[in-house]
Amino acid sequence: MKARTKFIVGGAGLFGIAGWLMVTSIRQTGVYYLTPQELSAKVAADSTFYDAGVKVGARVVPGSIQRSPGGIQVAFRVTDGAVTYPVEYRGLIPDTFTDSVDVVVEGRLGRDGTFHATTLLAKCASRYENAPDKYRQTPGYKSAEKRA
Amino acid sequence: MILIGELSLWVALLMAAWTTTVSFAGARLGRDDLVASGERGIYASFAFILLASMGLWTALLSHDFSFTYVASFTSANLPTLYTLTAFWAGQAGSLLFWALILSLYSAIAVFANRHRNRVLMPYVTGVLGATLLFFVATICFGANPYERLGWVPADGRGLNPQLQNPGMAFHPPNLYLGYVATTIPFAFAIAALITRKLDAEWLAAVRRWSLISWFFLTIGITLGMWWAYVELGWGGYWAWDPVENASFLPWLTGTAFLHSIMVQEKRGMLRKWNVVLVVTTFLLAILGTFITRSGVISSVHSFAQSPVGTWFVGFLAVAVGVTVWLVATRLKDLETKAGLESLLSREAAFLYNNLILVGIAFSVLWGTLFPILSEAVRGTKITVGPPFFNAVNIPLGLTLLLLTGIGPLIAWRRASAANLRRQFAAPAAAGVIALAFLAALGMRAGWALASYALGAFVAMTIVQEFAKGVGARRRLHGEGMAVAFVRLVGRNRRRYGGYIVHAGVVVLFAAFAGLAFKSEHDVTLTTGQAFEATDPYGHKWRFVSQGISQFEALNRQVTAIGLDATRDGRREGVIRSEKRQHVDSRGEATFEPSTEVGILEAPSQDVYVVLAGVRGQDTAELRISFNPLVWWVWYGGMIMAFGGLIVMWPQADPAGGRRGAARAQSGYRTTLDPAGAPAGSA
Repeated sequence: MKARTKFIVGGAGLFGIAGWLMVTSIRQTGVYYLTPQELSAKVAADSTFYDAGVKVGARVVPGSIQRSPGGIQVAFRVTDGAVTYPVEYRGLIPDTFTDSVDVVVEGRLGRDGTFHATTLLAKCASRYENAPDKYRQTPGYKSAEKRA
Repeated sequence: MILIGELSLWVALLMAAWTTTVSFAGARLGRDDLVASGERGIYASFAFILLASMGLWTALLSHDFSFTYVASFTSANLPTLYTLTAFWAGQAGSLLFWALILSLYSAIAVFANRHRNRVLMPYVTGVLGATLLFFVATICFGANPYERLGWVPADGRGLNPQLQNPGMAFHPPNLYLGYVATTIPFAFAIAALITRKLDAEWLAAVRRWSLISWFFLTIGITLGMWWAYVELGWGGYWAWDPVENASFLPWLTGTAFLHSIMVQEKRGMLRKWNVVLVVTTFLLAILGTFITRSGVISSVHSFAQSPVGTWFVGFLAVAVGVTVWLVATRLKDLETKAGLESLLSREAAFLYNNLILVGIAFSVLWGTLFPILSEAVRGTKITVGPPFFNAVNIPLGLTLLLLTGIGPLIAWRRASAANLRRQFAAPAAAGVIALAFLAALGMRAGWALASYALGAFVAMTIVQEFAKGVGARRRLHGEGMAVAFVRLVGRNRRRYGGYIVHAGVVVLFAAFAGLAFKSEHDVTLTTGQAFEATDPYGHKWRFVSQGISQFEALNRQVTAIGLDATRDGRREGVIRSEKRQHVDSRGEATFEPSTEVGILEAPSQDVYVVLAGVRGQDTAELRISFNPLVWWVWYGGMIMAFGGLIVMWPQADPAGGRRGAARAQSGYRTTLDPAGAPAGSA
């Protein structure tokens, strides 16, 4: 066999293994990323979506956050405007987590309708960059405007 | 100054447009006057973008809050360093910073090649001008840092506290320096394709730029990991987040190119592949900027979603289209004569190195884009997380580590059995001994064992090479150990600098493998209460809460806890973790409270303490983790960057020629066209 052919066989083998690893690990670790509305539709159509690992992206309902004293556990509700789910989470709470921020929770929807989150990511549109209209809403500026 | 800056931005737009037009026109029509005008256009663009940048810096430093950008990212009480670095805290400033670096690099490249590569240069200038035009246009029409707020607030909103960290001050500029440096090789590749001058010459011209890009990306990524580790408080440094992946992708293909370029130099193979790698690296750098700037993929690093994303997609589409067309029409010119002779050869090792690097890049890209792909194909978003990236990349990475040891030592063309025995007997033994030793100590984590065994193998190849080289110098020149070492490296910078980079890779893999032994504890402590735990090395640790204190600092209110730490009964010091509420100059709260991690750093492991929350007056919720070998990640990265610096350091011409010419040729064999040689003043 020519070296070139051997190399191609080796390369194909390498890519085969990499591809196989990719396919299997997507199958095993890939997680649905849904909105609350999509999740409720999935659950209604197929009850195996209860207690299956999913990610839900939604917004925190203002005023719904109940932090346990000490702040290592939190309960809140998330919504996409159509469907609302209560969420329970225990672990380190991100600094940016607060009312009305967009969050991504990863975990399982229990049959009681509560989402048990194992990870909580808070995104804040104004985290690194803030839109000018949003900027006017920050507490420091409302008062600054009043004084001005 | 601010007004001058704002106007300069628009002048720069015209300059970039002019440069692009006259450079291509000059090249097509063979008009040297137009070409020269295009090159002057590049210098002018740089001057005006520099003025525009200085204008923004002036606005920031003078706290002119009538500008949206200044009001959004700074406040009157922000430390000066962070006021300066707020330049790249937001989108508009980042893009201006991109343009600034690009124009600087372009000016340097045009200047350095004013007597060389004269056939390529008009097109190079044109491509650089076009890229610059894109960025300046995006700034002018899409995200202008000189946008006015319409009213003047009493104080600015302040810089996000997570960005108030030295790592964040220097991480973005390094990444940008790396990203932007991929543009020059891209411009040369396009110029070489257009002119069909696809011999080794254009490669020689771009090698140093690729190294510069690689160097800054390495530093930038390392700083980014460090920032994530000390600032974000989740205990790790790499989460396979889309934005992290975006910086990793061009690094991977850039690294692949720096290896495959050697195969083309020595054996004349891989001509198509090298063109593709150069272009891909640039496109991935642009894609990286696009991913971080468009919000198309949900990331914790959520930057503003903005129309700028569409501009980037358009630019990417044009660049891909042009490249594919150029390569397709020039396939004949890219034919290679030489072929692979044996699988047991350095070429083959390098080819596999390239396949793996590109394979890793592909899997990372696939995982990053998977939510979009799955939504397009199946209608639902499916995300993949760290388990996916680890499952694919740990085996590939370890294979790459093995090749890191094999590649530099195996013979070109065809390795003989004697060559293999001579070069690999000691390293293989070192690997086996390391494996047996660690297994005997009770280490059972498979991937970690593989990392350390392979690491020992590679480390031994490097030691062996240095020992041989130093030994030879000592015999031949009678030099002392240190002198021989320094001269060995100094006279063969590419080779020994490369080994130093590889040593850094070994250190990094060893540090990554340490994560397999990480342990975490969630604890609640009241003042005076103690928590005891055993670290991965079997030492007994005891942490005593010294209580919670609250005080005010420069621009923040701080709640802090101190933990008195002892290891096996010996006092190690106090670890402090803080919650900070940042305030503006009138004492009003800005941003959410941020957490300051407490780290007790040591080469063997970090003790990492996060204050999760405070209950009542004296009860703290904490997460305490033992993170083995993390320290070595930063040093591994630094060793790699240092090795890169040695490789690209200009080498004096041994023949004692002109310094400029020597710089140009150091390390590779190029023959200067006599016509291109300097004729006094030009």
